[in-house]
This record gives sequence, structure tokens and C-alpha cells, in this order.
Amino acid sequence: MTTPTTPILDSKCPSGPMSERWSKHRFELKLVNPANKRKFHVLVVGTGLAGSSAAASLAELGYKVTVLCIHDTPRRAHSIAAQGGINAAKNYPNDGDSVRRLFYDTVKGGDYRARESNVHRLAEVSTSIIDQCVAQGVPFAREYGGLLDNRSFGGAQVSRTFYARGQTGQQLLLGAYQSMMRQVGLGKVTLLPRREMLDLVVVDGIARGVIARELTTGTVERYAADAVLLATGGYGNVFFLSTNAKLSNTTAIWRAHKRGALFGNPCFTQIHPTCIPVSGSYQSKLTLMSESLRNDGRVWVPKNKGDRRSPDQIPEEERDYYLERIYPSFGNLVPRDIASRRAKEMADAGRGVGESGMAVYLDFRDAIARDGAPRIRERYGNLFQMYERITADDPYKIPMRIYPAVHYTMGGLWVDYNLESTIPGLFVLGEANFSDHGANRLGASALMQGLADGYFVIPATIGAHFAGRKLGAVTTDHPSFAAAERDVQGRLGKLLSIDGRRSADDFHRELGLVMWNRCGMARNEKGLKTALATIRGLRAQFWENLRVLGTGEELNRELEKAGRVADFIELAELMVIDAEHRRESCGGHFREESQTVEGEALRDDASYAYVAAWQHASDGPAMGWNLHREPLMFEEVKLTQRSYK
Amino acid sequence: MSGGHDNHGGLNLTLHVWRQKNREAEGHFETYSLHDISEHCSFLEMLDQLNEQLLREGREPVAFEHDCREGICGSCSLVINGQAHGPDRETATCQLHMRRFHDGQTIYVEPFRAKAFPIVRDLVCDRSAFDRIIARGGFVSVNTGSPQDANAIPIPKENADLAMDAAACIGCGACVAACPNAAAMLFVGAKISHLSLLPQGQPERRRRVLAMVEQMDKEGFGNCGNIYECEAACPKGISVENIARLNKEYLGASLTARQASEAAGGF
Repeated sequence: MTTPTTPILDSKCPSGPMSERWSKHRFELKLVNPANKRKFHVLVVGTGLAGSSAAASLAELGYKVTVLCIHDTPRRAHSIAAQGGINAAKNYPNDGDSVRRLFYDTVKGGDYRARESNVHRLAEVSTSIIDQCVAQGVPFAREYGGLLDNRSFGGAQVSRTFYARGQTGQQLLLGAYQSMMRQVGLGKVTLLPRREMLDLVVVDGIARGVIARELTTGTVERYAADAVLLATGGYGNVFFLSTNAKLSNTTAIWRAHKRGALFGNPCFTQIHPTCIPVSGSYQSKLTLMSESLRNDGRVWVPKNKGDRRSPDQIPEEERDYYLERIYPSFGNLVPRDIASRRAKEMADAGRGVGESGMAVYLDFRDAIARDGAPRIRERYGNLFQMYERITADDPYKIPMRIYPAVHYTMGGLWVDYNLESTIPGLFVLGEANFSDHGANRLGASALMQGLADGYFVIPATIGAHFAGRKLGAVTTDHPSFAAAERDVQGRLGKLLSIDGRRSADDFHRELGLVMWNRCGMARNEKGLKTALATIRGLRAQFWENLRVLGTGEELNRELEKAGRVADFIELAELMVIDAEHRRESCGGHFREESQTVEGEALRDDASYAYVAAWQHASDGPAMGWNLHREPLMFEEVKLTQRSYK
Repeated sequence: MSGGHDNHGGLNLTLHVWRQKNREAEGHFETYSLHDISEHCSFLEMLDQLNEQLLREGREPVAFEHDCREGICGSCSLVINGQAHGPDRETATCQLHMRRFHDGQTIYVEPFRAKAFPIVRDLVCDRSAFDRIIARGGFVSVNTGSPQDANAIPIPKENADLAMDAAACIGCGACVAACPNAAAMLFVGAKISHLSLLPQGQPERRRRVLAMVEQMDKEGFGNCGNIYECEAACPKGISVENIARLNKEYLGASLTARQASEAAGGF
């Protein structure tokens, strides 16, 4: 796959003492004169935490900003669904937290596959994020003394997670959305809802705009700018069933990838341990139960295989609280990848619960006995209610049944320290980039990263692009726009004209099943090779047997879905290739061939301590990619085998 | 316990669904029969199955809004048997499950209807009026930068909790759809409450409520008639006490706006 000539990527990370790198870098970056900022036009695609916070902050600085949003309103972006919280190294509880500890936990939690410089910056700006959000009026949970409350979260031994009931993502997103809407009201941001980006336009090697489709009329539109920011989220929906919202898709970053942006660590997927199990073939998505539940809930399965008794009939000595048993110091709070894998092992060993056997218990009996039901209701009331609504079981009386589900993708477009992709002028923020979480993201870190990128990193780094490069005037009349629009129209026309028998969802379900079984919680060489052949076959079938009714000149949900599924199928091929090439286990990427005697992920630092960045090379029955490597240096956090025992 | 669901003994349903080609076209109900629907699937998963069936028959699927399917994004915009979001209290359409319906039932499915929410297609309506209201004042004017430490201003837990109750609004617009006057006062009241209960919202308190109400009227929403259908339909249980707070804030601001404006050097 890789040739000796593929260059090693330059991350542009600053040098010097770790804790001074970000401030040194900011000082060295070129500045744009305040009066000149209004001459630069920034196009932001996506309005989740990263996109909204970036759009608001850049407009406040004076840049001219246009925002494309796939929903009818920016407030519906999927960040809204994040429940648990946001980390920050405030050390308010006085329990020993610090920027250094958050940095250390995140590098270790990511199983040493993240860039130290980036992670340190993330930990540094985490405290400013909380200040900013409180100033916006985000109603975080408070104590009776009026100060902010904190809780601990999966994978951390300190309480550094700020939260707003079980709706932290919603409240943070509304804060960013409101700041952006203020700029809309002031005329500094032009908001264009119901637009889906379908291609990136590159002029003279620099990203200069996008092609988008207005979803209610089907009009294909051209947008030109001086910089393009993609904040379009993750691609977990490649698995069809995931906790991602239905509109979340890979098309924006995939189209940019095919225009030359390298894709970093595509196989790094997070499988979240506490989701409501699959119940039937009609299932359209999975629902996450915040892992904050693991603070008070105890995870267990029956000790005996095939024990079908109802949970209240299983006596204490016949229950296996396996996380507490295997990991005495972290117990139920081990990182997500570990909790997920252990649950799968229990189910695979025939000790799973529920009718399908693909679930484990999360039991609040002891917490309710200790703290009383009212206290538990105060902490998790809305989650318990959500669970009961979906399953018709009352978790105050019957233990919840949970099972892992795809939740987040650590992989994404490769970016340097400035969040710039390998296409100059194309910046990638939030879950859409690959950057800060390595091979496993810690709980309550996604919100932190999205807002760090949007509020604090991009406003500083984008100036280097404007001040450091000669950007000629480019309008949408440029031939590159016409060419990209022709490509988009060609693809739309093809999707509409196949006239086969299967729906886009039907193909998507099949793809998802292949990915879940072969490229999910555990992966091996044979399974991945099988998956590769299956996916290529599926792609051929898709383009022969897809059925999309209606026209392109109207609101056409089937056409939209078909375009996204087409891109998911291509992405799946790359994910499998990446998973196959990385013959080590790390974080959420578990290669069965590489494990310790205790069944933990076994890294191979000598061979794989690098970011795998893939460059699209060719289409065809088997697509082609070139592998570039960015070596990872660990100067501060010593490489060790992760241990949560 | 009812865990581990299977599909036998599904529901047979008759659906009357609102179909409308686009904003300008005349709409009408079309009738569909659905068979063997699992009582454990959600209302939207039932519509997914309808659309798969229509697609197989070569008929265009029904357009409806959905995204997170867990009751938080606010995309759902269905009126089910005359009720916005259907029969369950504090439940968005996507969280409504078919176990709530019985075999042989007839179900009417319509979009949210209000002058300020024009229909885009079938069950999809345009709720951008809400964004325009927020853009007039539903924010705290604080630029990204270095505000004071987050714990510098203690906020009584009671106020923070009340602000959070109001901030839980998902912006779906069921309050408007349920109101005989198509009023948006629960939506606007929730945002006014959220920000006026917090110290951070104080500096712009008066201008915020005046501007947001002005925009609300401009968009063609009606006024509150104290019927409380909005609270009954709200999937997040937002209380009508927020409308009382909106009225109080508006009255106060209207009476004192001129003085405040002069004192502050104009607003």
C-alpha cells in the first residue's frame, strides 16, 4: 500500500517545553490587521459545537462568515444529543487535577496514538471554555453555595466534568448557537440552512469553496471563499446502527478526501459501552445512556452460563460484577473501549442477559439503597425515563440492560497543529478531524475538543493562512467551480437513473452489518479480508440496483440518503484497509492477533507509533490509497501498557 | 420483564397521511394500510416501514423531519390524531412507541400547522421564524475571549435550576402547533426566563424582551389566550410560568425602557 517515496507528514507542532508551546506558537503566528479581516471570507460547513463556535468567534473578530447547515436550523446539530458533560482542568473540587493531569489522562486514555502537543493545548484551553460558556449563560449544575458542581466520568480518577443535567451537549450547543445567531442578527454571519455540501472546490491547490445542494428545491449552488472550515462531525453511521443522528454522514469530509485531503486513522472507532440493546429488525438507530450512569450503576452478568432467571432471582453470590473484579482500582469506571470489550466477551461466553443474550446488566439497586431513590432521580431522572420509554422497563426496579454501540469516530481528516488539512485553506474541526483523542476518546472530551477547536484554536491559527499566503480573488465563475458542479450533477443524475430494486437504507443496513461484524469491537485479518471483498461487491451492486424515486429538483430524502450511502460504502473500504494494516491493538482498535495474556489491547510501539494518513489514489473495482505516516513522539508521557487495575 | 423483543403479533394500521408536493401546492390526505408493525418500534420507525413499502410499490415516500430520534434535536414536527407529538405527555414523536396504539387503529398524521410555519413538503414545515426571534436577542452579548473565572459569580442553585428548566426547550414548535392562536409565547418565554434568571442575562434584559417580542409579532405568531395547550404538548414539560415571566419582563421593560435607554446613552 505504501511506497518508500510517500513523504512523512509535517504536523507543524512547535518545539520547546510542552507547557509553553501553544503560547509560543500563537506569538509566532502571523496576525491579520483588524481592518483587513473583513476582506476575508470564511465558509463554515456544519453548525455543531465546533462549527457554531468557530462561526461566532470568527465573526466577532471581524471576518466575513457564511455558514452552511444541513438542518432547518443550526440548533439541531448532533452535538445537541451529548448527555454527560465536558471536562476541564479547573480543579474546583481540590482533588488534585491540573492541566498536566488532564493532558496525561487524555494521552494515556487515547492509548498513545494522539499528538502530545495537541492534547496539551486541549487541556490548557479547557478551563477557558468553561469560563466562556458560563459567561454566555449556560446553566451548568450548581451546588447550594452557588458554585459549579463537578462529577467524575469514565476513565478519570478526579471530578473534572461539568454538566447540565443529562443535557450538557444541548446547553453548550445552544450557547454557541445563540452567539452565532447574535452575529447573524448583526449581519456578520450569513446563515444558509438546509444545505448539504456535496463537493469541495480547489483552485490552484488552495480550498476556495464548495458545491452544495439546497435540500428543499434541489438547486445545486456554488459558494466561494478564502478559507473553508469543515465541522461536519463523525462518520459512525457507516455502521448503519449507531448512536449518531440519522443525518450525520461522511459526505463532506469524504468529498474533501477525494479532492486530496488525507484521511487520518479511519479505523479508530469508539464503541460506547452503555447503550440500549438492539430490539428488532426495524431498528433505525441506537440510544446511548450517558456513561455517568456508571458512577452509581454496577455492571454484572450471571456467573453461570445460560442463567435465564430474572435478575431479582439471582442471588448476590451468583452475580459476577466483572469490571469490579478485573479492575479493582477503576471498577465500573474503566475507559469505554475496555468496558465495551469486556461486555462483548461476556455475551460471547454465553453469559449475556435479555432475550437476545446480547446485553449486560447495569444495576442501581445498591445506589438506591445507599442514597435513596430521590437522589438517584435527581442525578439520572431523565435517563431513567428515556430508558423506560424505549424498553417499557422501570430501571428503579429492574436493572437496565445495556450493550455497546458505535458512538464516535476518533479518525477523520488529517490536520496539522493549525487544524489545517493537507489542502491549504481547508481546515477541519471537531469530530470531523482525527486529532486529539488517539485511539480512544475519554468520556466528556468530545464537547471539550469541539469547543476548543471553534472558540480558541481556529481563531488563532486561521490568520496564518490569510496573512501568509497570496490569495487571489476567486469567484464562482472560475472553471474549477463549473467542473466540480458538473461532477456533482453527474453523481446526482446517476443515482436517480439506476432504477434498480433496492432502497438506499437497504444497502446501508447490509453495509452496517458487515462493518459491525468484521470491523467493530474486535477485528482479525481473516475477517477484514472477507469484509473488503464483501464491501467491494456491495458497491458494485449499489450502482446497479439502487432505487431512488422522484427528481433532483425537489425535497427528495431518498436521493439525499443514496448520496450519503454511496460515500459510506467507499469510506468502509478505507476503514477496513486501515484496520488490516494496523496489526496491533490500541484503544478502540482491537486486533485479536495482538493481545496480552489477560486479553488487553497490546500495542506495538516499535512498528505503529504513527498516525496513518491515507491519500486517495484511484477509483475502480478496488479503490487505491497511498499511506503517509506521521510519527508520534512521546516526550512527556512515557509509553506504557495501559493499566486500569 | 419485557426485555428482548420480538416481532410476532404485530399491529395492523390504517394511516391517513398529509401529502403536499411543495409550499405552493394544495395538500390532501392519502390513506395507507400497514401490516404487522411491532409494538416495540417507534412511531418514526413505523413511518420508515411505510416508506419502504411505498418505495417497493413505486410511490414516492412521505417526507418527514427527524434526526436524533432520541427526543433532543427538536426535528420532529408531526400532529398525530390531532395532537402535536401524539398522545404521550412530555414525549417527542421520535420517542413515541407503537405499543401506545392498538391493532386495527386509524391514525391521522399531519404536519405542525401555523401561519408562521409554512409547509415545505408533506410533513415538513419551515420553522426558521424561531431562529429569527433568537437572532434579535436570545443570547448574552459576550465575545469569545477571556471572561472572568466561571466561579466568580455564585448563582443560587434554585435560580440555576429554574434557568435550566426553561433552557431545556428543544425548539420543536409543538407549543405553536398546539395553540389555537398559534402563539410562540412558550418558546419565547422559555428563552427570556432562561436568560433573565441568570446574572449574565441582566445587562440586556430589557432590550432582549422588547426585541424578541417585536420579532415574534412580525413573524405572524398569535398571542397567549391562557389555554395552556402549549404546556400540555411540550415534549420537555416547559411550564406556562415562563409565559407569566415573559409578560412580567415585557411589561417591566415597556414601562421603563425609555428611562433605561436614556440612562445608558441610548439603545
